[in-house]
Amino acid sequence: MTLALIALLGVVAGVFAGLFGVGGGILFVPALVLGLGLTQLHAEASSLLAILPTALIGSWRQWRYGNIDPRAAALVGAASVAGVQLGVLVAVRVPEATLQRLFGGLLLVVAAQLAWRTRRS
Amino acid sequence: MASLVLIGLAAGFLAALFGVGGGILIVPLLVLVRSFDQRRASATSLAAILVSSVAGSITYALHGDVKPGAAALVGIPAVLGVIVGTALQQRLPVRKLSYGFALVLAAVGIRLLV
Repeated sequence: MTLALIALLGVVAGVFAGLFGVGGGILFVPALVLGLGLTQLHAEASSLLAILPTALIGSWRQWRYGNIDPRAAALVGAASVAGVQLGVLVAVRVPEATLQRLFGGLLLVVAAQLAWRTRRS
Repeated sequence: MASLVLIGLAAGFLAALFGVGGGILIVPLLVLVRSFDQRRASATSLAAILVSSVAGSITYALHGDVKPGAAALVGIPAVLGVIVGTALQQRLPVRKLSYGFALVLAAVGIRLLV
């Protein structure tokens, strides 16, 4: 797959994130695995870095709108750092094929949750 | 306070294990457990994700697993996409599109599973 096409997938991932509030990482990872041929672990690690610009700009805009609860964000964010350590510890030890299957399972769960949320709204 | 800490722990674990933000967990939990409205939950989740993705990037980078070029290739164009997507949200029939997007996610999921 050409690099331009991968970059286009990046744009599409962003559009979906903006439209449905789901996206970013969940689309970056398969784009990097299926498009660039990265291993599942490298795709996941790189996806976290790829999320940063969008999260930064999104947070800045939401902060200006006054939509962020700073205390809750700080507590959830601080606690997440410990969770991240555990997640990395597991991810680097799990075999590549298992990690990819688990991610496939996550996509199915997210798809079901999105459909359920839409039906209720 | 304890519930927020637990939400953060679980979201951080999910984020690092799968390379995702964790909003999929944080948003519904803030709504269900802390009675946040949808908008405040998404915005607060985004700010928390900022922290978890920095922590995740650094931890994975120390393991040598981050490919910065690959991250930039999808991450920078995505910024443009988010701006477009957020604007489109006001104009498009998002309900119908959501089912289509759910199908796409399911198809990619099955592709990775088999």
